[in-house]
Amino acid sequence: MTVNAAAVGKEYPAVTYEVGHEKIREYANAVGEENPVHHDRTAAEAAGFRSTVAPPMFTVVYSSPAVGPAVTDPEVGINLMMMVHGSQEFIWGEPVCAGDSITTTCKVKEIFEKDGKGFYVFESVSTNQDGAEVVRGVWTNIVRGV
Amino acid sequence: MADLNELNSGEAIPELRVTPDKYLPHRYAGASGDFNPIHIDPEFAKAVGLPQNILHGLYSMAQVARAQTAAAGGDPRALQRLSVQFRGMGVPEQEIVVSGTVSAVEDGVATVETQAEQAGNGIIRNAVAELKIA
Repeated sequence: MTVNAAAVGKEYPAVTYEVGHEKIREYANAVGEENPVHHDRTAAEAAGFRSTVAPPMFTVVYSSPAVGPAVTDPEVGINLMMMVHGSQEFIWGEPVCAGDSITTTCKVKEIFEKDGKGFYVFESVSTNQDGAEVVRGVWTNIVRGV
Repeated sequence: MADLNELNSGEAIPELRVTPDKYLPHRYAGASGDFNPIHIDPEFAKAVGLPQNILHGLYSMAQVARAQTAAAGGDPRALQRLSVQFRGMGVPEQEIVVSGTVSAVEDGVATVETQAEQAGNGIIRNAVAELKIA
């Protein structure tokens, strides 16, 4: 059996996420981010941010809802029971703050086979309400025994 | 933005050590929206062949990210890029150690080769961070 790369280039509907102050705090508490700029609006503004600023990895909160439908798309054909998250890259741009509206699009970047495993690579691009890019993500899922 | 004196090529960044408690995967699931039962249900995890419920890989990546911003002086804007490979399985109630070495400093950007391990087992390997230091 070989991987089917027919879905390469396929794009998925954009997902918009409204960033909330308390959601940033909840995430910061879960991952142990103690910098006051992630908890306190006044501290964030004093440091030059528009409002409470999200930690860089908060990216997963607003971009995952756009990536999920690509990963589970039958046309992509991932055997989810045999899938592991192999690698991840994020390239950050404009900081994300409470009150922002972040829109993420996702597409299938690459599908290939190597050493008997299938590699499924997705690219997400997130922009804020002003059109500025806030993060670009490359998500690589590996499927054993393709 | 960062203390240039602390990010010289060839030098280690300060280690980050954190022990996620038993219920951390539940809090991270709520915070991130990832409720895959392999992370929060020990019975389910064992039924699919895992030793126990395992940490979310993106939680472990967040610890690697935290070590980088701390090394750069704490400003979240310092972290411009982070790429990681997930290896092995992270588990709750065991200390995570994030370490790294500055491999280059060029044009105001420090490149850090970094990794995370638990009890000597790599859970994040071959990670590369780029930190803005000017």
